Amino acid sequence: MSNIPADLRFAESHEWARLEADGTVTVGISDHAQEALGDVVFVELAEVGNVFAAEDQAGVVESVKAASDIYSPIAGEVIAVNDALSGEPELLNTDPYGTWIFKLKPSNPADLEKLLDAAGYKAAIGE
Amino acid sequence: MGQRTPLYDLHLALGAKMVDFGGWDMPLHYGSQVEEHHQVRRDCGVFDVSHMTVIDVTGSQAKEWLQHLLANDVDRLHGCGRALYSAMLNERGGVVDDMIVYRTEAAYRLVVNAATRDQDMAWMQARLGSYNVQMHERPELAMLAIQGPHARQKIAELVTQSRSSLIHQLKPFEGQADGDWFIARTGYTGEDGLEIVLPADQAPGFFNDLVGAGISPIGLGARDTLRLEAGMNLYGQDIHQDVSPLAANMAWSIAWEPAGRNFIGRAALEAELAVGVQFKLVGLVLEERGVLRAHQVVRIANVGEGEITSGSFSPTLSKSIALARVPTATADRAEVEIRGKWYPVRVVKPTFVRHGKTLI
Repeated sequence: MSNIPADLRFAESHEWARLEADGTVTVGISDHAQEALGDVVFVELAEVGNVFAAEDQAGVVESVKAASDIYSPIAGEVIAVNDALSGEPELLNTDPYGTWIFKLKPSNPADLEKLLDAAGYKAAIGE
Repeated sequence: MGQRTPLYDLHLALGAKMVDFGGWDMPLHYGSQVEEHHQVRRDCGVFDVSHMTVIDVTGSQAKEWLQHLLANDVDRLHGCGRALYSAMLNERGGVVDDMIVYRTEAAYRLVVNAATRDQDMAWMQARLGSYNVQMHERPELAMLAIQGPHARQKIAELVTQSRSSLIHQLKPFEGQADGDWFIARTGYTGEDGLEIVLPADQAPGFFNDLVGAGISPIGLGARDTLRLEAGMNLYGQDIHQDVSPLAANMAWSIAWEPAGRNFIGRAALEAELAVGVQFKLVGLVLEERGVLRAHQVVRIANVGEGEITSGSFSPTLSKSIALARVPTATADRAEVEIRGKWYPVRVVKPTFVRHGKTLI
């Protein structure tokens, strides 16, 4: 049974998203995702300035076991990426909700409402 | 549902994440495969390898038959208790399987891969011919591998006096029976250690004793990165029916002498040598961030292309490594295509780490 914080929104592709007070959206991967990936050893980050539509590929997380694409949960422009992950990719395993991957300036903040809430995500992963 | 070893319930109780491996439900890891990897390199750990197939070969012509069946020569096993690694080839010189052969008092004991069990049994049975040989598969036995620099010392403290002294006596690639246990100083990690074959009903108790004594259980995930660092082939990835042992870093395991020993595949290998072996297995080291994976394309300037056969992240080296089959000419630099981009790699001998030491 994985941890699913109630204050986050989730994509079916296992990213979490959080709307910040300044209107930006912070993105990471769920506890369920890191658990399925196993030990993360490399994160290929998007670049600041990239503009994504919802569900566009926005990076890659590589575990010892496999490479897995990460997707932008909503449309927007990348305004920051978490460079700490190049030195400590295992943060995604040890603290999946305290470790962000990139931040977006959303094209439309209301898009967040289209994502799953905690209960919806819980159902989606069969827990 | 896959096949289960006698330790299945214990793996679940220890929190293992289970995965299908060759039709068996096996532990992938018990939390972190990277931590398990370090545990084996630095101390020791225990693996359930009961999925592997144990076959005892008896009969007055067992030796002659195995000399025909295998590319290595069991006549090199001088006396009971010795072991050797061998390929079993098809007539085209491709690898049907790889195995360890132990010479026991009454027989030869073959330990072959789990995923190839059916094809191996069929292959061997079809080649019994008129040889006076009997094959006995031993599904009632379990097998544990205890590997790492402290493995033998720790196990010796947990077993009977006679097994303890046997463990101290065994040299690398030796194995002996003690009662209903068979204890060998072999493994698949590049570290010192033991492989113990024992009755299935004793396996959970013994495994539990080891874990209780502080020996970490290790899953197949770490088993794969350990063997990759040690440069050991994985059947189905680095070697298979269409790969010659000469192109798989296995030439050392082919016994060419005596010249008259007509093992299956010999003619094909000699023909291959006569025209020149076209490919070889090398090691690759990625100096940049990223992970090399099986089937990625390797490009060597002015030489040609090859392919990664096994690739992963090396916990010991903290960078990605791979085994790759490339044109024999090769070079000391190459490039690998990862998601559409070409990354420079170093080409090295395909042994990265042995006995805790980095070799590249």
